[in-house]
Amino acid sequence: MNRQAVDAFASGLDSEVRQAIEAGTARVIENRSHTLAEDYSDLDGLRQLAGQVRQHALDHLDRYLPQAERRLRDNGVQVHYAPSADRALEIITGLVRASGTRVVTKSKSMASEELDLARRLADIGVEALETDLGEFVIQLDDDHPSHIVAPIIHKTRRNVADSFAKHGLGDFDDDPEVITRRARRFMRDKFLAAGVTITGANFISAESGRVAIVTNEGNARFGLAGADIHIALAGIEKVIARDRDLPLLLSLLVRSATGQRISSYVELVSGPRSASQPSGPREMHVVFLDSNRSRIVGGQTREILRCIRCGACMNTCPVYRQSSGHAYRGVYPGPVGTVLGPLLKGEDGFGELADLARASTLCGACGDVCPVNIPLPDLIARVRARSHREGTVSGDAGIPSMGGYSLIARHPGLWRLAMRFGRVLNWLPLRQLPLGVSRAWFTSRTLPRWRGGYFRRWLRSRKEGQDA
Amino acid sequence: MLTPDRNPIQGRNVQLMISCLCDAFFDDAAKAAVEILQQAGCQVTVPSDQTCCGQAAYTAGDWETCRQVMRHTAKVFAGPDPVVVASGSCAAALFHEAPIAFEGESDLPVMQDLARRTWELTDFLRNALGVDQWAGSLAARAVIHHGCHTRGTATREAVRTLCAGIQGLEILDVPDADQCCGFGGVFSVSHPYISTEMGRKKVTDVLSVKPDIVISADMSCLMHQQGIAGRLGSEYPIRHIAQVLRDASMGGLE
Ligand code: SF4
Repeated sequence: MNRQAVDAFASGLDSEVRQAIEAGTARVIENRSHTLAEDYSDLDGLRQLAGQVRQHALDHLDRYLPQAERRLRDNGVQVHYAPSADRALEIITGLVRASGTRVVTKSKSMASEELDLARRLADIGVEALETDLGEFVIQLDDDHPSHIVAPIIHKTRRNVADSFAKHGLGDFDDDPEVITRRARRFMRDKFLAAGVTITGANFISAESGRVAIVTNEGNARFGLAGADIHIALAGIEKVIARDRDLPLLLSLLVRSATGQRISSYVELVSGPRSASQPSGPREMHVVFLDSNRSRIVGGQTREILRCIRCGACMNTCPVYRQSSGHAYRGVYPGPVGTVLGPLLKGEDGFGELADLARASTLCGACGDVCPVNIPLPDLIARVRARSHREGTVSGDAGIPSMGGYSLIARHPGLWRLAMRFGRVLNWLPLRQLPLGVSRAWFTSRTLPRWRGGYFRRWLRSRKEGQDA
Repeated sequence: MLTPDRNPIQGRNVQLMISCLCDAFFDDAAKAAVEILQQAGCQVTVPSDQTCCGQAAYTAGDWETCRQVMRHTAKVFAGPDPVVVASGSCAAALFHEAPIAFEGESDLPVMQDLARRTWELTDFLRNALGVDQWAGSLAARAVIHHGCHTRGTATREAVRTLCAGIQGLEILDVPDADQCCGFGGVFSVSHPYISTEMGRKKVTDVLSVKPDIVISADMSCLMHQQGIAGRLGSEYPIRHIAQVLRDASMGGLE
């Protein structure tokens, strides 16, 4: 995985990758705004409502999480809590081992990316097949997703056809239908052979214990049909209060993610198969992943846990589009990742990713599109403030010190003097100065002439408009 | 959404905050702000002890410095009179960011009071004074650039409405008009590559419609864009909205 800071990574980005991302995000942005505008006259009102619905569940997670657990158990589901990603891995590998199966099918789950689950299962000799087409390609290429909804947004059709050919899935052919058919044929046997299927969970209702899973390819459903054991891995923040919240959240999630009105498949799983059902898993487990989430719940950046993983913030983010998801050195790219990335690392790891919060102009485009109204720019600023307060090295790299500014901006006499003497800038060879900040500006930009003091002189020369 | 409920306006006294960039580089924009407020019937005070809104430190994450500078600003602009800011971004720093940076501080109420008195210039003209038509003429093909800090505020509509009333001023549509130009304060130097790429895209999009002038309520964005265009060897004539309104009142392009 990439280790470079965002700006350095972006400057080395392949132009084909950048074009692929530009085209991919532009398409979704267009579809998203089209559908939302057509369907809702008061989108901002809806986003606020959805934000409140999510925040309510989070603010009372101490009540809803145990309630969800009770309902799940009533439904015959076995519930596990994993304080850390490592613990979640232990639980899941334990279940898979005990089942005796050699093949596991997996549908898309960002939480499973936090665990690097497919690779870890491979380590114990279990083939964990990614069945989402995009994730399947990522797995073939031993790559990492660069987007939370469209994991291969950085690849072209040709790239995909190349890796299919390389991995013995037929001769080069970049017709999407051919690619899909080949993937389907390859996966079919695996679906039937798998003893365990692992899914994520988009929402878990505390009211009924229903687990909602959204896909476009039906792969989660096929997984459930073929396997004996279903393991759903979910962050603890996925709990919602009531079933009635689902229509609002699903409507906004899918429209924001792809511009569709509803995804091709929505599973509402209420437990393992009952005696009257002919097929389906006979055993179901829900693994709740904490991994520093419970620290975020009560903190100053708590709204980030509202996230329903629609990807709209990254599609619309000009920094993401210039740099690609891999620039964010983790599971969650784009604006949501600049906050969630460092926070999910916990106290000790925060500094490793704190610099991500610098990779934003705070332009606010992300906050404007977020379906659950997360104040992303404010949260990004809060992460910056924390990283400055804690003196994290990565978080402050490249940031000019505010010492001189602080002094001058608090002393108006000094300020006025600085305004006048700033005119020396007009005579200095600024582009050549050996200062990092100066070079960072002047390499690609000019500066207008310094005219400090002129306005104040003009003001003094007028009778009215004077300072009392 | 961004803007707090503001105190209703009593009387015609206003305090003008010109912004540090107008202080240092764009003196004519500051003059124009004084002149149009006076033309709109305001009694304008320009406190000479004003320095900077503190946003640079806010975005840098140095909130201790940010609070010190904002405290100074609150002291300079004390009293009941509205604070009119010749920059959407500095206005947002005072009415949106200051209350965040002061959470848990004993003087939070002082900043909240300042927030309720703070207006961006055109928002003030349009929504506090009720100006819905700016009389004047200015023959120019213009692009309006909305600074990102005016998202969700009344400034965008105010700028458009005031410009729409000016005879001869043709407002051009620009592709991807809503996209940020990549300035972002410290971002421009901490992420120079991305900032420059975003700036080049913006400048190219704007120049593609061949405007005579690029108008904004924020000189910071325009300074960045002009700086990018300058290195590319392109002319990029920028105008603060106050200059446009003043020039229109005088009946022409200077
Ligand atoms: S932060 Fe908001 S916009 Fe971004 S992925 Fe999450 S829900 Fe979607």
